[in-house]
Amino acid sequence: MASDGATREEIFPVGIASVGIHEEPRRIPAGEPPPLPVNAELAEIGKPLPRWNGWAKATGATRYTVDVALKGMLFGRILRSPLPHARVRSIDVSAAKRRESVKAIVSAVNPDDPERAVVRYVGQPVVAIAATSMAAAEEALRLIRVEYKPLPFVVDMDDALKPGAPKVYDADAAPQGGGFAAAANLPLDGNARGPALASRGDVEQGFAAAEITLEGEYSTQVQTHCCMEPHGLVADWRDDGVTVYISTQFTAGVRRELAQAFELPIDRVRVVVDGMGGGFGSKSTLGNYGRLGVALSRQAGAPVRLTLTRPEEQMDSGNRPSVRQRIRLGANRDGTLTAMAIESHGTAGVGLGAGIGNFAQSIYDCPNFSSAQYDVFINAGPASAMRAPGNTPGAWGLENAIDELAEKLSLDPLALRDRIDPSPARREERRIGAERIGWSRRHAPGADPGPVKRGLGMAQSLWGANVQTAASIEVRLRRDGTVEAYSGVQDIGSGIGTVIQQTIAETLGLQPSQIAIHIGDTNFPAGPPSYGSRTTASITPPARVAAWKILQALFAKAASALNANPDDLLARGGAIETRAEPKRSMRFAEAAALMDGDALSVVETRSEDYGGFKRTMGEAALAQQDLGGVQFAEVAVDVETGIIRVERVVAVQDCGRPLNPLLLESQIHGGVLMGVSYALYEERILDRATGRMVNANLEQYKVAGPRDVPQIDVTVIENYQGRSATDAYGIAEPANIATAPAIGAAVYNAIGVRLRALPMTPAAVLAALARTPSRG
Amino acid sequence: MRNFAFDTATTVKEAATTAALACEAMLAPDGGASAPETTIVKAGGIDLLDLMKEGLLAPGKVTSLSGLADLAKIEPQSDGGLRIGALVTLARLAADETVRKLYPALADAASDSASPEIRNTATLGGNLLQRPRCWYFRAAEFRCLRKGGGHCYAIDGENQHHAIFDNRFCAIVHPSTSATALVALGAEVELIDMDGATRRLALEDFFVGPDKDVQRENDLRPHEILTAVLLPNAASLRMAHLKLSQKQSFDWPLVDVAVALDLGPDGVCRKATIVLGAVAPTPRRARAAEDALAGKIVDAQSAAGAGRAALEGATPLSKNAYKAPMLEALVRRALLRAAGGG
Repeated sequence: MASDGATREEIFPVGIASVGIHEEPRRIPAGEPPPLPVNAELAEIGKPLPRWNGWAKATGATRYTVDVALKGMLFGRILRSPLPHARVRSIDVSAAKRRESVKAIVSAVNPDDPERAVVRYVGQPVVAIAATSMAAAEEALRLIRVEYKPLPFVVDMDDALKPGAPKVYDADAAPQGGGFAAAANLPLDGNARGPALASRGDVEQGFAAAEITLEGEYSTQVQTHCCMEPHGLVADWRDDGVTVYISTQFTAGVRRELAQAFELPIDRVRVVVDGMGGGFGSKSTLGNYGRLGVALSRQAGAPVRLTLTRPEEQMDSGNRPSVRQRIRLGANRDGTLTAMAIESHGTAGVGLGAGIGNFAQSIYDCPNFSSAQYDVFINAGPASAMRAPGNTPGAWGLENAIDELAEKLSLDPLALRDRIDPSPARREERRIGAERIGWSRRHAPGADPGPVKRGLGMAQSLWGANVQTAASIEVRLRRDGTVEAYSGVQDIGSGIGTVIQQTIAETLGLQPSQIAIHIGDTNFPAGPPSYGSRTTASITPPARVAAWKILQALFAKAASALNANPDDLLARGGAIETRAEPKRSMRFAEAAALMDGDALSVVETRSEDYGGFKRTMGEAALAQQDLGGVQFAEVAVDVETGIIRVERVVAVQDCGRPLNPLLLESQIHGGVLMGVSYALYEERILDRATGRMVNANLEQYKVAGPRDVPQIDVTVIENYQGRSATDAYGIAEPANIATAPAIGAAVYNAIGVRLRALPMTPAAVLAALARTPSRG
Repeated sequence: MRNFAFDTATTVKEAATTAALACEAMLAPDGGASAPETTIVKAGGIDLLDLMKEGLLAPGKVTSLSGLADLAKIEPQSDGGLRIGALVTLARLAADETVRKLYPALADAASDSASPEIRNTATLGGNLLQRPRCWYFRAAEFRCLRKGGGHCYAIDGENQHHAIFDNRFCAIVHPSTSATALVALGAEVELIDMDGATRRLALEDFFVGPDKDVQRENDLRPHEILTAVLLPNAASLRMAHLKLSQKQSFDWPLVDVAVALDLGPDGVCRKATIVLGAVAPTPRRARAAEDALAGKIVDAQSAAGAGRAALEGATPLSKNAYKAPMLEALVRRALLRAAGGG
């Protein structure tokens, strides 16, 4: 064990459990615990433990944001623009103001300020009010008179790209981007912003050298998040600061936004979330409704609850942008890729971020690559991050193109990937998945005789192994033996509390249920966001380090009582034992009672991955290895009715060390379901004549229901990399990326006709099969 | 949603006295801000609640019919037919042994509707009288023809779920799948007014197309209560109802078809009734298809011919031509299902 004081070398198990584990040395910070062995040798980590708050959720005991009811609480509502593009000339709130029940009125636009007088989509907030009841608030909204000067608008991306199309923004008013969703400082030409360029090698040379080329256009629709729990908050503004209960994916981030927006010192802002009913990216920030809710509370001097209605959810709480991509591939007859060129246009409404991610750029070996991505503005609600932004539509395009390439080369799609995909994890995932789905049954496209044709298809996933470095957790041991964990990290619904319990329990030799979880509150050490599939990767390593440090302190006390050397002690089964003589031991609680003070507390923050990150951007970092995943789908397509049924999905995923197979399976189910729904059903439909979303509900905006759920077969491989104290990474996003293209490939295999646009509706299937008559 | 008073009617007469408004007069697209005090009667309340949440109805008072126990009965008739009270829920209709045995197409249609939660509450009467699900009609912001405006937004707009027949003025489709089956079975509706007078007419004639009146979907008059649906003896009929929807859970049909066949002992079709749902403003009799089958054995060939004939008169809009092949296939399949006795 070579040590230089600050770091020491340790030997880690590395590799895929079902392929073979070898040992690799890593330098780790001196204060960190020794490597965890593989899951098979562990007591708590890797076990399928039900989620810590499952009982409370199932019995209705969980407190969601809408359940927060404070004394004297008012109810907020937002008046929204009925027009897709207009200049607000005047706002008359006098009649509303005269109502006794109305306690606060806040404008979101300003008719006197040319910069803030324009509304650009139906549903954009104009005025918010708070009143003594929901009904009073709604009634008061009707008393507000807004005078609009309608402006020309465009809600269709193709229309927006035409010369002379109405402009959504003047150049200086357009959002500037920056950050992960959209590059900064790109030119704006009409409504098209870009291109954001990426390249390597020489694409034209690559195409010239190719033995075969392939070109196709693939498109995806706008999908909305459809969180079961709507966006909402209860804002409680007091003289000494503000407390905001909000359904959020990032307590620490919202706290920072609030401090900035309302010019408060950060310690005067508290953000709390208990139960969460889904976010999928759309609850990553404070949001316009959040700002308005807090402003209402400040003005009223009373707590205000503001919750969005379902139509508001659909129009103005974010969405997944649509993307249309033209993909050109150059390849040799053996399948090796020589060139890949992609141009994409997509729309995030009045926002940015309609790209294809890094999927095509990163997944396969291809020496020559170029991409040009454009954001096209239209007069529609802004997009936000949604479960694997960029890579989900990106995979729809590229995985379809690769499937077409395999067909053209008469190669099995798995064999083609074996040639071009360098990832050992996906290689093993393809092997496992092919076996589980029965890939050898796959027949020639369209080979089934009757009207209902079955097919098999597969597609792959790629996502960065994200980590938040500013992720902290406190582990506290009380003298009575109680162990508690405190962090601002929030449970988005995936059960992060349980894996924290397992991690600490493993370290201390306790049962997971003995670890009390206190999370979702900025009064605790700042936690990571629950987005970018990074929560587990960010919070479990510091949880283990903190617990391990507590244990070392406990060992020091126990050692003298047991007359042993601290290095010879181990914690197991609720006891502190000596290695050589297990019977020379004491109960964990007895050891805790030896402590001097009332409690021992250790706060730890996520350290850098062992061996360093691939890239760091502020508080966000990318691990060396990517996350993979391969999914297989079996479908039945009725060629007379165009109806597709997904009968089975096999998902084989990786996330480093799996901490809890049950919760992983649950998240993968969610990813697959969302993928099925994306593939077949969901689509935001805007009326071109008025710019309004006609299906702003959950009835005509179609989300997969119980009978639409396929049989889902989940395998999570153990992919040890020796990169952190737990070596665990995320699963949420990678589980969503491959589903739609796997279904698309299966549909092709079933009917022999390729559908290149989502969603694959009966209308699309019948049109592709040329069964739809021309218009009568 | 506006606050409202709530009471329960104790007699049909009382309910009919209360039900003073025709459906077009109930609408309050401004959320009731300018509406007079209105009373609306409620059966299951599924559609009423939707319309209130959408701001299209804003009653001052809601009168529930749930106390009228006589309207919740399923009663076999002496002629071998069945009287189904208007308050019978879709769930009961789907599960009732008599209905399943005598009118399997109706039980299938009811069980294919909506979701289990809705079927447990929704009534047959409410199902027949529900307003259309056209997304332009349902959004208060669109003052469409059916709401007294001057324009059908669907005809040149987003019409993917709309009518492919009789869609010149207004392109709604009738939302009831049970209606498709009931029209095929020759059902009648019973209506009672505030004086206790009873009116009976064929369900087929009860529905009103946009050519007659674009602001209502049926002939329910002010001060009338739909009390029952009467089914004739169908012992000699073979029947089927099939529905196609994009999702298999909780989704409106893209097309649905009900057929009732009177086959001779030799298997020759004496009379076929073929009704198309979700493709026209009212359940549509496919008369050309019916005629095409008369005197023929119902087999793959004749059923396919009837499927093609069912499309006669179709005028698809810009985004719903796909309904034609679906309908053609479904008519053929429904005929073969019925003829096969399955």
